Amino acid sequence: MSTVQDVSAAPAVAAVPKKAMALGPMASLIILALLIVTPLFVKNFIIFQMTMWLIYAIAVLALNILTGASGQFSLGQSAFYALGAYTSAILMEHVGVNYALTLPVAGLVCFIAGFLFGLPALRLSGIYLALATFALAVAMPQLLKLGVFEHWTGGVQGLVVTKPDAPEIFASMGLKVSQDMWLYFFTLAVTIVIYLLSVNLLKSRSGRAMMAIRDNEIAASAMGVDVSLYKTLAFGVSAGITGVAGGLGAIAVQFVAPDGYTIQLAIALFLGMVVGGVGWLPGSLAGAAFIVFVPNIAEHISKGLSGAVFGVILIIIIFLLPNGARQLAYGAQSLIGKLRKH
Amino acid sequence: MPSFSSRAMSFTVAAALSAALSSTAFAQKKYDTGASDTEIKIGNIMPYSGPASAYGVIGKMEEAYFKMINDQGGINGRKINYITYDDGYSPPKAVEQARKLVESDEVLFIASSLGTPSNSAIQKYMNAKKVPQLFVATGATKFGDYKDFPWTMGWQPAYQSESRIYAAYLLKEKPDAKIAIMYQNDDFGKDMLKGLKDGLGSKAASMIVAEESYEVSEPTIESHIVKVKATNADTFVSFTTPKFAAQAIKKVAELGWKPTYIQSNVGASVGSVMKPAGYEIAQGILSANYAKDGADSSWDNDEGMKKFYAFLAKYAPGMDKNDGSVVYGYGQAQTIVQVLKQAGDNLTRANIMKEAANLKNFAPDTLLPGVTISTSPTDFYPIEQLQMQRFKGEKWELFGPIIAGKIEG
Repeated sequence: MSTVQDVSAAPAVAAVPKKAMALGPMASLIILALLIVTPLFVKNFIIFQMTMWLIYAIAVLALNILTGASGQFSLGQSAFYALGAYTSAILMEHVGVNYALTLPVAGLVCFIAGFLFGLPALRLSGIYLALATFALAVAMPQLLKLGVFEHWTGGVQGLVVTKPDAPEIFASMGLKVSQDMWLYFFTLAVTIVIYLLSVNLLKSRSGRAMMAIRDNEIAASAMGVDVSLYKTLAFGVSAGITGVAGGLGAIAVQFVAPDGYTIQLAIALFLGMVVGGVGWLPGSLAGAAFIVFVPNIAEHISKGLSGAVFGVILIIIIFLLPNGARQLAYGAQSLIGKLRKH
Repeated sequence: MPSFSSRAMSFTVAAALSAALSSTAFAQKKYDTGASDTEIKIGNIMPYSGPASAYGVIGKMEEAYFKMINDQGGINGRKINYITYDDGYSPPKAVEQARKLVESDEVLFIASSLGTPSNSAIQKYMNAKKVPQLFVATGATKFGDYKDFPWTMGWQPAYQSESRIYAAYLLKEKPDAKIAIMYQNDDFGKDMLKGLKDGLGSKAASMIVAEESYEVSEPTIESHIVKVKATNADTFVSFTTPKFAAQAIKKVAELGWKPTYIQSNVGASVGSVMKPAGYEIAQGILSANYAKDGADSSWDNDEGMKKFYAFLAKYAPGMDKNDGSVVYGYGQAQTIVQVLKQAGDNLTRANIMKEAANLKNFAPDTLLPGVTISTSPTDFYPIEQLQMQRFKGEKWELFGPIIAGKIEG
């Protein structure tokens, strides 16, 4: 009894100082410049991969807000990702809504779903919450296959989504922007907006309240923080952002089907968060890079043992960098600091 | 006379020259991305990991088969470079791998990518890029739509072809049958159901007395069987996958029900269905097939299967000949080689598609005698013939003629 209570009463994640949640202005600008310039020089396929990378980065970021900031675990992010993807796909294909407008709707639908799911989840903490969300992730693909929704979801066959063209304004300016290129920059813009909003959220009163809950729930409530409100709010925000990522994913892949949103996706996102560094928002980018590119590297090394190779790489990373990419970034920062002093 | 002969001579030379010129012009080598004087790049996507990883054998078989072709000198002197990737049966991953194959590895075409969801996901992309998506490894009928998707072609008999053959059999042998149908509630089951109804035509409404569906997630379908038995049907059609097929066979026997029993080919494997259900109670069950059974010793002296066994022994010694996917991969690889042979030196994507739609009575080693592959610009269903089979003893026994289950429109 007592051991279990100890587990659930201990802070779920080590505290991350607030000012360390984002990158410094210089580093941010360098990364942004790289993200803008690189696609101009690479093949469309690489641009597509980079788009998927950004999309997963958004989803990992959402999980980072939930786990890193408010200290709640979730293995159910794939369910919200699927919900967002289907919302976008259905609005685009059945209702004829512009793709850009489907994203806020997807975000809103997922926010509500996440908020509602957060209510019962309040009674659970730590590993029990992880299990409850796990159930959600397992149930989602089957719900999507239900005959009742088949007219809208396309059942097991899924839905094919039309890929948007670049706005005509580019063509009239004499610039040839491919669909992939346009979608990349569109995704990049969405990513930047979400990143800035998230950083601001965590620096605000609400962010401080969430982090107080993460560090010590009892102390937080003693200070007057409405624990249940902020916990559910964190769930809602996280689900909403994941939904936007899901919507973007549906547009980029041009297809939604239940088999695309299994528990594997939820675990991949969780992995991305840990590899990127729990609670460190820029780490989402590194974590997403890990889940997008490393399986390909593993497959390249050995086709039959790709899963095992992936596992070995993961173990090495966790062993060498238990705090993920955050540790690497801090190391580099202090190194640069030392060099400057000389 | 000399002048005449010299004139004749020059005429002949001129004629020969022009013939030579025109023939070189005709045989001029033409290449698209992915083909060259020395190499043909073929892409493939398989679920080597994930829930459908058992099918990954197909990709490994094809790889081994192309290795043999390369050891024999390749096709018209060109080696096959077969690039196969894992999609884990996940549609978004399949899109990523397809794009990698087309845009980064620059393959000439993609062949035998597996699974209905993955192929649905890449179909639009492949057709927009005008890269052939040949011989997809799924029986979904929608992959033979030459009008809307002229760059996509199936291979195995479409599910609707198969169930049309059952319809034809029933109409002939048991025209007053009262049919109860059990089907899996997904693309496979619904495809089968549609084919059967289309095949029965106007008599469908009067002959079918019950239609019952189950979800793949259900642990058992026994209660459904009890329900359809209550309709007093005398014919039971089971469009089920292996696990449920075995359950159905057991339950029908347990209830003492003795209908004319038809089992879809997908759930007719001796090893994974008939044996676990029990050989005694499975006697007399009907099904249809198009390929030889690697486990059936009566094929041991068959020329085609001898070649198949010899190939297995040398290039894929670890493969289990009882696995239907092994036989399947071999047949598909042979069909791909046939298309490449027909295409000759004109290795453009358009010509690959043209030759894939120009297969005439091609018979891979592993198809049943009499079953052949024929396609045309308006027929994108390569295998459409099957033969009925009845379970007897511990194996399937073929009977009756080869029947074609053509799908119109």
